[in-house]
Amino acid sequence: MIEVENIHKSFGDTHVLKGISTTFEQGKTNLVIGQSGSGKTVFLKCLLGLFEPEQGNICYNGKYYADLSTDQRRDLRQEMGMVFQGSALFDSMTVEGNVMFPLDMFTRQTKAEMQDRVDFVLERVNLIDAHKKFPSEISGGMKKRVAIARAIVMNPKYLFCDEPNSGLDPKTAILIDNLIQEITKEYNITTVINTHDMNSVMEIGEKILFLKDGFKEWEGTNKEIFKTDNEAVTNFVYSSELFKKVRQMYIEERN
Amino acid sequence: MKYLEAIGKYFIMVYEVFKKPTKWPIMRSLILKEIDELIFGSLGIIIFISFFIGGVVTIQTALNLNSPLIPKSLIGFATRQSVILEFAPTFTSIIMAGKVGSYITSSIGTMKVTEQIDALEVMGINSVNYLVFPKIIAMLAYPFAVAIAMYVGILGGWVAGTFGGYAPSGEFVKGLQLDFIPFHITYSFIKTVVFAFIIATIPSFHGLYMKGGALEVGKASTTAFVWTSVVIIISNYILTQLLLG
Repeated sequence: MIEVENIHKSFGDTHVLKGISTTFEQGKTNLVIGQSGSGKTVFLKCLLGLFEPEQGNICYNGKYYADLSTDQRRDLRQEMGMVFQGSALFDSMTVEGNVMFPLDMFTRQTKAEMQDRVDFVLERVNLIDAHKKFPSEISGGMKKRVAIARAIVMNPKYLFCDEPNSGLDPKTAILIDNLIQEITKEYNITTVINTHDMNSVMEIGEKILFLKDGFKEWEGTNKEIFKTDNEAVTNFVYSSELFKKVRQMYIEERN
Repeated sequence: MKYLEAIGKYFIMVYEVFKKPTKWPIMRSLILKEIDELIFGSLGIIIFISFFIGGVVTIQTALNLNSPLIPKSLIGFATRQSVILEFAPTFTSIIMAGKVGSYITSSIGTMKVTEQIDALEVMGINSVNYLVFPKIIAMLAYPFAVAIAMYVGILGGWVAGTFGGYAPSGEFVKGLQLDFIPFHITYSFIKTVVFAFIIATIPSFHGLYMKGGALEVGKASTTAFVWTSVVIIISNYILTQLLLG
Protein backbone atom coordinates (compact mmCIF):
# COMPACT_ATOMS: atom_id res chain seq x y z
CA MET A 1 0.00 0.00 0.00
CA ILE A 2 1.18 3.52 -0.77
CA GLU A 3 -0.03 6.44 1.32
CA VAL A 4 0.54 9.90 -0.09
CA GLU A 5 0.31 12.73 2.43
CA ASN A 6 -0.11 16.31 1.26
CA ILE A 7 2.74 16.41 -1.27
CA HIS A 8 3.85 19.62 -2.94
CA LYS A 9 6.34 19.90 -5.79
CA SER A 10 7.58 22.98 -7.64
CA PHE A 11 10.00 23.67 -10.48
CA GLY A 12 11.26 27.23 -10.13
CA ASP A 13 8.17 29.42 -9.88
CA THR A 14 5.85 26.73 -11.22
CA HIS A 15 3.94 24.98 -8.45
CA VAL A 16 3.07 21.63 -10.07
CA LEU A 17 1.67 19.52 -7.23
CA LYS A 18 -0.40 21.40 -4.66
CA GLY A 19 -1.02 19.23 -1.65
CA ILE A 20 -2.08 15.82 -2.95
CA SER A 21 -3.14 13.15 -0.46
CA THR A 22 -4.42 9.71 -1.35
CA THR A 23 -3.98 5.99 -0.72
CA PHE A 24 -3.22 3.30 -3.28
CA GLU A 25 -4.19 -0.15 -2.09
CA GLN A 26 -2.37 -3.42 -2.68
CA GLY A 27 -3.79 -5.78 -5.30
CA LYS A 28 -5.70 -3.01 -7.05
CA THR A 29 -5.16 -1.13 -10.28
CA ASN A 30 -5.04 2.53 -9.28
CA LEU A 31 -5.38 5.04 -12.12
CA VAL A 32 -4.24 8.64 -12.15
CA ILE A 33 -6.03 10.69 -14.79
CA GLY A 34 -6.11 14.35 -15.77
CA GLN A 35 -5.42 16.68 -18.65
CA SER A 36 -1.89 17.17 -20.02
CA GLY A 37 -0.04 19.49 -17.64
CA SER A 38 -2.17 18.52 -14.64
CA GLY A 39 0.87 17.06 -12.86
CA LYS A 40 0.35 13.31 -13.45
CA THR A 41 3.88 12.53 -14.59
CA VAL A 42 5.46 14.64 -11.82
CA PHE A 43 3.20 12.84 -9.33
CA LEU A 44 4.30 9.44 -10.66
CA LYS A 45 7.98 10.47 -10.58
CA CYS A 46 7.49 11.55 -6.94
CA LEU A 47 6.07 8.09 -6.18
CA LEU A 48 9.10 6.54 -7.88
CA GLY A 49 11.49 8.69 -5.88
CA LEU A 50 12.88 10.36 -9.01
CA PHE A 51 11.58 13.73 -7.74
CA GLU A 52 11.57 14.63 -4.07
CA PRO A 53 8.52 16.61 -2.85
CA GLU A 54 9.28 19.87 -1.02
CA GLN A 55 6.48 19.20 1.42
CA GLY A 56 4.51 16.14 2.47
CA ASN A 57 5.51 12.50 2.57
CA ILE A 58 5.01 9.19 0.82
CA CYS A 59 4.73 5.99 2.82
CA TYR A 60 5.41 2.57 1.23
CA ASN A 61 4.00 -0.26 3.39
CA GLY A 62 4.81 1.72 6.55
CA LYS A 63 8.20 3.06 5.35
CA TYR A 64 8.33 6.84 5.02
CA TYR A 65 10.45 7.74 1.99
CA ALA A 66 11.74 10.96 3.56
CA ASP A 67 13.15 9.01 6.54
CA LEU A 68 15.14 6.55 4.41
CA SER A 69 18.88 6.83 3.78
CA THR A 70 20.21 6.93 0.20
CA ASP A 71 21.00 3.19 0.32
CA GLN A 72 17.58 2.34 1.80
CA ARG A 73 15.95 4.39 -0.97
CA ARG A 74 17.89 2.43 -3.59
CA ASP A 75 16.81 -0.81 -1.90
CA LEU A 76 13.19 0.38 -1.93
CA ARG A 77 13.47 1.13 -5.64
CA GLN A 78 14.45 -2.48 -6.21
CA GLU A 79 10.94 -3.34 -4.99
CA MET A 80 9.44 -1.14 -7.72
CA GLY A 81 8.77 -1.93 -11.35
CA MET A 82 8.17 0.79 -13.88
CA VAL A 83 6.71 0.73 -17.38
CA PHE A 84 7.70 3.97 -19.09
CA GLN A 85 5.61 5.74 -21.71
CA GLY A 86 8.20 5.04 -24.41
CA SER A 87 9.06 1.62 -22.86
CA ALA A 88 12.66 2.79 -22.13
CA LEU A 89 14.19 -0.52 -23.22
CA PHE A 90 17.97 -0.59 -23.44
CA ASP A 91 18.75 -0.33 -27.16
CA SER A 92 22.03 -2.19 -26.92
CA MET A 93 20.44 -5.29 -25.38
CA THR A 94 18.15 -7.97 -26.82
CA VAL A 95 14.64 -8.52 -25.43
CA GLU A 96 16.08 -11.31 -23.27
CA GLY A 97 18.97 -9.07 -22.14
CA ASN A 98 16.56 -6.31 -21.13
CA VAL A 99 14.45 -8.65 -19.02
CA MET A 100 17.47 -10.40 -17.52
CA PHE A 101 19.19 -7.12 -16.65
CA PRO A 102 17.65 -6.59 -13.16
CA LEU A 103 18.25 -10.25 -12.26
CA ASP A 104 21.86 -10.02 -13.39
CA MET A 105 22.28 -6.81 -11.44
CA PHE A 106 20.68 -7.67 -8.13
CA THR A 107 20.53 -11.43 -7.65
CA ARG A 108 23.06 -14.19 -7.26
CA GLN A 109 21.11 -16.60 -9.45
CA THR A 110 22.92 -18.87 -11.86
CA LYS A 111 22.64 -18.26 -15.58
CA ALA A 112 20.21 -21.18 -15.89
CA GLU A 113 17.98 -19.90 -13.08
CA MET A 114 17.91 -16.43 -14.62
CA GLN A 115 17.11 -17.91 -18.03
CA ASP A 116 14.20 -19.88 -16.54
CA ARG A 117 12.80 -16.76 -14.89
CA VAL A 118 13.18 -14.72 -18.10
CA ASP A 119 11.44 -17.44 -20.13
CA PHE A 120 8.65 -17.55 -17.55
CA VAL A 121 7.93 -13.78 -17.52
CA LEU A 122 8.22 -13.47 -21.30
CA GLU A 123 5.72 -16.29 -21.64
CA ARG A 124 3.53 -14.57 -19.03
CA VAL A 125 3.35 -11.44 -21.22
CA ASN A 126 2.75 -13.61 -24.31
CA LEU A 127 6.11 -13.03 -25.95
CA ILE A 128 7.47 -16.33 -27.12
CA ASP A 129 9.70 -15.86 -30.15
CA ALA A 130 11.26 -12.48 -29.49
CA HIS A 131 14.06 -13.44 -27.08
CA LYS A 132 16.94 -12.64 -29.40
CA LYS A 133 15.44 -9.58 -31.08
CA PHE A 134 16.57 -6.03 -30.36
CA PRO A 135 14.06 -3.31 -29.34
CA SER A 136 14.41 -1.68 -32.77
CA GLU A 137 13.17 -4.93 -34.38
CA ILE A 138 9.86 -5.27 -32.50
CA SER A 139 6.52 -3.42 -32.57
CA GLY A 140 5.27 -0.83 -30.05
CA GLY A 141 2.93 -3.32 -28.39
CA MET A 142 5.73 -5.89 -28.06
CA LYS A 143 8.00 -3.23 -26.55
CA LYS A 144 5.35 -2.48 -23.94
CA ARG A 145 5.10 -6.18 -23.14
CA VAL A 146 8.89 -6.45 -22.79
CA ALA A 147 8.79 -3.39 -20.51
CA ILE A 148 6.11 -5.08 -18.38
CA ALA A 149 8.16 -8.30 -18.30
CA ARG A 150 11.23 -6.33 -17.17
CA ALA A 151 9.15 -4.53 -14.54
CA ILE A 152 7.80 -7.76 -13.00
CA VAL A 153 10.85 -10.01 -13.33
CA MET A 154 12.04 -9.13 -9.80
CA ASN A 155 8.59 -9.74 -8.26
CA PRO A 156 8.05 -6.08 -7.35
CA LYS A 157 5.72 -4.88 -4.60
CA TYR A 158 4.84 -1.76 -6.56
CA LEU A 159 4.21 -1.41 -10.29
CA PHE A 160 4.05 2.01 -11.94
CA CYS A 161 2.98 2.58 -15.53
CA ASP A 162 3.17 5.89 -17.36
CA GLU A 163 0.57 5.89 -20.12
CA PRO A 164 1.08 2.22 -21.03
CA ASN A 165 -1.44 2.49 -23.90
CA SER A 166 -0.08 5.53 -25.67
CA GLY A 167 0.63 4.91 -29.34
CA LEU A 168 -1.09 1.52 -29.38
CA ASP A 169 -4.10 0.40 -31.42
CA PRO A 170 -7.32 -0.15 -29.36
CA LYS A 171 -7.06 -3.94 -29.45
CA THR A 172 -3.45 -4.01 -28.24
CA ALA A 173 -4.30 -1.33 -25.67
CA ILE A 174 -6.99 -3.58 -24.18
CA LEU A 175 -4.56 -6.54 -24.14
CA ILE A 176 -2.00 -4.43 -22.25
CA ASP A 177 -4.65 -3.21 -19.79
CA ASN A 178 -5.86 -6.72 -19.10
CA LEU A 179 -2.31 -7.98 -18.73
CA ILE A 180 -1.47 -5.30 -16.15
CA GLN A 181 -4.67 -6.05 -14.21
CA GLU A 182 -4.04 -9.80 -14.27
CA ILE A 183 -0.48 -9.34 -13.05
CA THR A 184 -1.66 -6.98 -10.29
CA LYS A 185 -4.10 -9.59 -8.99
CA GLU A 186 -1.81 -12.56 -9.52
CA TYR A 187 1.15 -11.10 -7.61
CA ASN A 188 -0.87 -8.83 -5.26
CA ILE A 189 1.04 -5.72 -6.40
CA THR A 190 0.20 -2.09 -5.71
CA THR A 191 -0.22 -0.78 -9.24
CA VAL A 192 -0.42 2.89 -10.17
CA ILE A 193 -1.13 3.80 -13.80
CA ASN A 194 -1.03 7.25 -15.39
CA THR A 195 -3.41 7.31 -18.30
CA HIS A 196 -5.45 9.42 -20.71
CA ASP A 197 -7.23 6.39 -22.03
CA MET A 198 -10.91 6.34 -21.09
CA ASN A 199 -11.24 2.67 -22.02
CA SER A 200 -8.65 1.90 -19.33
CA VAL A 201 -10.61 4.03 -16.86
CA MET A 202 -13.79 2.10 -17.55
CA GLU A 203 -12.16 -1.35 -17.80
CA ILE A 204 -9.57 -1.52 -15.03
CA GLY A 205 -10.00 1.61 -12.87
CA GLU A 206 -10.56 0.09 -9.45
CA LYS A 207 -9.45 3.38 -7.94
CA ILE A 208 -9.27 6.58 -9.95
CA LEU A 209 -7.54 9.77 -8.91
CA PHE A 210 -8.37 12.83 -11.03
CA LEU A 211 -5.81 15.65 -10.97
CA LYS A 212 -6.53 19.18 -12.13
CA ASP A 213 -3.95 21.99 -12.10
CA GLY A 214 -1.90 20.12 -9.49
CA PHE A 215 -4.83 19.55 -7.11
CA LYS A 216 -6.71 16.36 -6.34
CA GLU A 217 -10.07 17.19 -7.91
CA TRP A 218 -11.82 13.87 -7.41
CA GLU A 219 -11.26 10.23 -6.48
CA GLY A 220 -13.43 7.16 -6.71
CA THR A 221 -13.96 3.96 -8.71
CA ASN A 222 -14.87 3.34 -12.35
CA LYS A 223 -18.45 2.76 -11.27
CA GLU A 224 -18.60 6.03 -9.34
CA ILE A 225 -17.11 8.06 -12.18
CA PHE A 226 -20.29 7.35 -14.22
CA LYS A 227 -22.45 8.90 -11.53
CA THR A 228 -20.32 11.83 -10.44
CA ASP A 229 -21.61 15.36 -10.83
CA ASN A 230 -18.15 16.90 -10.57
CA GLU A 231 -18.04 19.18 -13.61
CA ALA A 232 -14.29 18.98 -14.17
CA VAL A 233 -14.41 15.17 -14.15
CA THR A 234 -17.42 14.93 -16.47
CA ASN A 235 -15.89 17.48 -18.86
CA PHE A 236 -12.71 15.42 -18.99
CA VAL A 237 -14.16 11.92 -19.08
CA TYR A 238 -17.02 12.71 -21.45
CA SER A 239 -15.09 14.97 -23.81
CA SER A 240 -15.60 12.57 -26.75
CA GLU A 241 -18.98 12.23 -28.49
CA LEU A 242 -19.01 8.48 -27.89
CA PHE A 243 -18.67 8.83 -24.12
CA LYS A 244 -21.20 11.69 -24.08
CA LYS A 245 -23.72 9.31 -25.69
CA VAL A 246 -22.82 6.53 -23.25
CA ARG A 247 -23.42 8.88 -20.32
CA GLN A 248 -26.71 10.12 -21.82
CA MET A 249 -27.87 6.53 -22.21
CA TYR A 250 -26.87 5.80 -18.63
CA ILE A 251 -28.78 8.83 -17.28
CA GLU A 252 -31.86 7.95 -19.36
CA GLU A 253 -31.70 4.38 -18.14
CA ARG A 254 -31.40 5.55 -14.53
CA ASN A 255 -34.39 7.86 -14.87
CA MET B 1 26.70 32.12 -12.37
CA LYS B 2 25.41 29.56 -14.89
CA TYR B 3 28.99 28.38 -15.55
CA LEU B 4 29.76 28.15 -11.83
CA GLU B 5 26.65 26.03 -11.33
CA ALA B 6 27.70 23.77 -14.22
CA ILE B 7 31.22 23.39 -12.79
CA GLY B 8 29.73 22.50 -9.39
CA LYS B 9 27.39 19.96 -10.98
CA TYR B 10 30.33 18.46 -12.91
CA PHE B 11 32.31 17.83 -9.71
CA ILE B 12 29.24 16.37 -7.99
CA MET B 13 28.87 14.03 -10.98
CA VAL B 14 32.55 13.01 -10.69
CA TYR B 15 31.96 12.24 -6.98
CA GLU B 16 28.83 10.23 -7.85
CA VAL B 17 30.83 8.14 -10.33
CA PHE B 18 32.71 6.48 -7.49
CA LYS B 19 29.70 5.90 -5.22
CA LYS B 20 27.65 2.67 -5.03
CA PRO B 21 29.61 0.70 -7.61
CA THR B 22 27.93 -1.67 -10.04
CA LYS B 23 28.48 -5.44 -9.55
CA TRP B 24 32.01 -6.31 -10.72
CA PRO B 25 31.17 -9.00 -13.35
CA ILE B 26 28.82 -6.54 -15.07
CA MET B 27 31.26 -3.65 -14.71
CA ARG B 28 34.07 -5.77 -16.18
CA SER B 29 32.06 -6.51 -19.31
CA LEU B 30 31.10 -2.83 -19.60
CA ILE B 31 34.77 -1.78 -19.32
CA LEU B 32 35.85 -4.27 -22.01
CA LYS B 33 33.04 -3.05 -24.28
CA GLU B 34 34.08 0.57 -23.77
CA ILE B 35 37.77 -0.22 -24.42
CA ASP B 36 36.68 -1.78 -27.69
CA GLU B 37 34.48 1.15 -28.68
CA LEU B 38 36.49 4.09 -27.35
CA ILE B 39 40.10 2.93 -27.85
CA PHE B 40 40.22 0.16 -30.49
CA GLY B 41 37.52 1.89 -32.50
CA SER B 42 39.67 5.02 -32.64
CA LEU B 43 43.02 3.44 -33.51
CA GLY B 44 42.43 3.69 -37.26
CA ILE B 45 41.87 7.44 -37.27
CA ILE B 46 44.70 7.99 -34.75
CA ILE B 47 47.18 6.06 -36.92
CA PHE B 48 46.02 7.80 -40.10
CA ILE B 49 46.27 11.31 -38.66
CA SER B 50 49.54 10.71 -36.81
CA PHE B 51 51.28 9.33 -39.89
CA PHE B 52 50.42 12.34 -42.03
CA ILE B 53 50.95 14.94 -39.26
CA GLY B 54 54.43 13.45 -38.70
CA GLY B 55 55.10 13.73 -42.42
CA VAL B 56 53.92 17.34 -42.61
CA VAL B 57 56.00 18.35 -39.57
CA THR B 58 59.09 16.88 -41.26
CA ILE B 59 58.44 18.61 -44.58
CA GLN B 60 57.73 21.98 -42.97
CA THR B 61 60.80 21.76 -40.73
CA ALA B 62 62.98 20.80 -43.69
CA LEU B 63 61.68 23.65 -45.84
CA ASN B 64 62.43 26.14 -43.07
CA LEU B 65 65.97 24.87 -42.44
CA ASN B 66 67.59 25.82 -45.72
CA SER B 67 70.92 27.04 -44.38
CA PRO B 68 73.80 24.68 -45.32
CA LEU B 69 75.25 25.26 -41.83
CA ILE B 70 72.33 23.56 -40.11
CA PRO B 71 72.70 19.76 -40.03
CA LYS B 72 69.92 17.70 -41.60
CA SER B 73 69.69 15.66 -38.40
CA LEU B 74 67.83 18.59 -36.87
CA ILE B 75 64.84 17.65 -39.04
CA GLY B 76 64.57 14.32 -37.18
CA PHE B 77 65.16 16.07 -33.86
CA ALA B 78 62.39 18.65 -34.50
CA THR B 79 59.99 15.96 -35.69
CA ARG B 80 60.59 13.85 -32.58
CA GLN B 81 60.15 16.75 -30.20
CA SER B 82 57.02 18.07 -31.93
CA VAL B 83 55.37 14.67 -32.16
CA ILE B 84 56.22 13.48 -28.64
CA LEU B 85 55.57 16.73 -26.81
CA GLU B 86 52.52 18.09 -28.60
CA PHE B 87 51.13 16.38 -31.66
CA ALA B 88 50.67 12.90 -30.24
CA PRO B 89 49.18 13.81 -26.85
CA THR B 90 47.37 17.11 -27.53
CA PHE B 91 46.40 16.98 -31.20
CA THR B 92 45.21 13.38 -30.88
CA SER B 93 43.21 14.31 -27.79
CA ILE B 94 41.39 17.07 -29.68
CA ILE B 95 40.54 14.51 -32.38
CA MET B 96 39.38 12.10 -29.67
CA ALA B 97 37.27 14.87 -28.09
CA GLY B 98 35.45 15.07 -31.42
CA LYS B 99 35.16 11.38 -32.17
CA VAL B 100 34.83 9.73 -28.76
CA GLY B 101 33.40 12.78 -26.97
CA SER B 102 30.48 13.23 -29.34
CA TYR B 103 29.82 9.47 -29.24
CA ILE B 104 29.70 9.56 -25.43
CA THR B 105 27.42 12.62 -25.30
CA SER B 106 25.05 11.37 -27.96
CA SER B 107 24.79 7.84 -26.55
CA ILE B 108 24.16 9.04 -22.98
CA GLY B 109 21.94 11.91 -24.22
CA THR B 110 19.80 9.51 -26.23
CA MET B 111 19.45 7.28 -23.17
CA LYS B 112 18.37 10.36 -21.24
CA VAL B 113 15.66 11.47 -23.70
CA THR B 114 14.32 7.95 -24.10
CA GLU B 115 14.06 7.58 -20.28
CA GLN B 116 16.61 4.73 -20.19
CA ILE B 117 18.54 6.57 -17.47
CA ASP B 118 15.33 6.99 -15.45
CA ALA B 119 14.80 3.24 -15.92
CA LEU B 120 18.25 2.57 -14.39
CA GLU B 121 17.53 4.92 -11.47
CA VAL B 122 14.13 3.34 -10.82
CA MET B 123 15.82 -0.07 -10.58
CA GLY B 124 18.04 1.37 -7.84
CA ILE B 125 21.16 1.51 -10.01
CA ASN B 126 23.62 4.39 -9.67
CA SER B 127 23.29 5.44 -13.32
CA VAL B 128 26.31 7.75 -13.17
CA ASN B 129 28.55 4.92 -11.98
CA TYR B 130 27.04 2.47 -14.48
CA LEU B 131 27.51 4.79 -17.45
CA VAL B 132 30.57 6.92 -16.69
CA PHE B 133 32.90 4.73 -14.60
CA PRO B 134 33.54 2.17 -17.39
CA LYS B 135 34.38 5.02 -19.75
CA ILE B 136 36.92 6.50 -17.31
CA ILE B 137 38.59 3.11 -16.81
CA ALA B 138 38.52 2.36 -20.55
CA MET B 139 40.18 5.69 -21.24
CA LEU B 140 43.09 4.63 -18.99
CA ALA B 141 44.14 2.61 -22.04
CA TYR B 142 44.34 5.84 -23.99
CA PRO B 143 48.11 6.36 -23.29
CA PHE B 144 48.72 3.15 -25.30
CA ALA B 145 46.91 4.76 -28.25
CA VAL B 146 49.03 7.87 -27.81
CA ALA B 147 52.21 5.75 -27.69
CA ILE B 148 51.15 4.27 -31.04
CA ALA B 149 50.49 7.83 -32.29
CA MET B 150 54.04 8.83 -31.28
CA TYR B 151 55.58 5.87 -33.07
CA VAL B 152 53.48 6.25 -36.22
CA GLY B 153 53.99 10.06 -36.26
CA ILE B 154 57.76 9.67 -36.18
CA LEU B 155 57.52 6.89 -38.78
CA GLY B 156 55.48 9.24 -40.99
CA GLY B 157 58.18 11.88 -40.54
CA TRP B 158 60.91 9.41 -41.48
CA VAL B 159 59.00 8.27 -44.59
CA ALA B 160 58.35 11.87 -45.69
CA GLY B 161 61.94 12.93 -44.92
CA THR B 162 63.67 9.97 -46.55
CA PHE B 163 61.46 9.35 -49.56
CA GLY B 164 60.76 13.04 -50.11
CA GLY B 165 64.47 13.75 -50.28
CA TYR B 166 64.49 16.18 -47.33
CA ALA B 167 66.88 14.24 -45.08
CA PRO B 168 68.88 11.06 -45.54
CA SER B 169 67.66 8.19 -43.39
CA GLY B 170 70.86 8.06 -41.30
CA GLU B 171 70.74 11.79 -40.57
CA PHE B 172 67.06 11.64 -39.64
CA VAL B 173 67.62 8.73 -37.24
CA LYS B 174 70.65 10.49 -35.76
CA GLY B 175 68.40 13.49 -35.10
CA LEU B 176 65.82 11.26 -33.46
CA GLN B 177 68.45 10.08 -30.97
CA LEU B 178 69.91 13.53 -30.32
CA ASP B 179 69.61 14.97 -26.78
CA PHE B 180 66.80 12.61 -25.86
CA ILE B 181 65.26 13.47 -22.48
CA PRO B 182 63.24 10.51 -21.12
CA PHE B 183 61.15 12.82 -18.90
CA HIS B 184 59.53 14.22 -22.04
CA ILE B 185 57.82 10.86 -22.52
CA THR B 186 56.70 10.89 -18.87
CA TYR B 187 55.40 14.45 -19.30
CA SER B 188 53.53 13.40 -22.41
CA PHE B 189 51.91 10.43 -20.68
CA ILE B 190 50.94 12.51 -17.63
CA LYS B 191 49.16 14.90 -20.00
CA THR B 192 47.53 12.00 -21.78
CA VAL B 193 46.08 10.54 -18.56
CA VAL B 194 44.62 13.95 -17.62
CA PHE B 195 43.19 14.40 -21.12
CA ALA B 196 41.73 10.89 -21.00
CA PHE B 197 39.84 11.77 -17.82
CA ILE B 198 38.59 15.00 -19.42
CA ILE B 199 37.48 13.18 -22.60
CA ALA B 200 35.57 10.58 -20.55
CA THR B 201 33.87 12.91 -18.08
CA ILE B 202 32.99 16.22 -19.79
CA PRO B 203 31.02 14.63 -22.66
CA SER B 204 29.33 12.32 -20.13
CA PHE B 205 28.33 15.37 -18.08
CA HIS B 206 26.78 17.04 -21.14
CA GLY B 207 24.88 13.85 -21.99
CA LEU B 208 23.63 13.24 -18.44
CA TYR B 209 22.43 16.78 -17.76
CA MET B 210 20.98 17.66 -21.15
CA LYS B 211 17.32 18.57 -21.44
CA GLY B 212 14.96 18.27 -24.39
CA GLY B 213 14.73 15.90 -27.35
CA ALA B 214 16.69 14.64 -30.33
CA LEU B 215 17.69 18.13 -31.51
CA GLU B 216 19.15 18.92 -28.09
CA VAL B 217 21.20 15.70 -28.20
CA GLY B 218 22.96 17.08 -31.29
CA LYS B 219 23.46 20.47 -29.64
CA ALA B 220 24.79 18.82 -26.47
CA SER B 221 27.34 16.86 -28.57
CA THR B 222 28.61 20.07 -30.15
CA THR B 223 28.77 21.87 -26.79
CA ALA B 224 30.57 18.89 -25.26
CA PHE B 225 33.19 18.94 -28.03
CA VAL B 226 33.78 22.68 -27.59
CA TRP B 227 34.13 22.47 -23.80
CA THR B 228 36.26 19.32 -23.88
CA SER B 229 38.64 21.02 -26.35
CA VAL B 230 38.77 24.20 -24.25
CA VAL B 231 39.54 22.28 -21.06
CA ILE B 232 42.19 20.16 -22.85
CA ILE B 233 43.92 23.29 -24.18
CA ILE B 234 43.85 25.05 -20.80
CA SER B 235 45.06 21.99 -18.88
CA ASN B 236 47.77 21.48 -21.53
CA TYR B 237 49.07 24.97 -20.77
CA ILE B 238 48.91 24.46 -16.98
CA LEU B 239 50.58 21.02 -17.11
CA THR B 240 53.33 22.26 -19.41
CA GLN B 241 54.04 25.16 -17.07
CA LEU B 242 54.03 22.85 -14.05
CA LEU B 243 56.08 20.00 -15.51
CA LEU B 244 58.46 21.72 -17.93
CA GLY B 245 58.36 25.39 -16.98
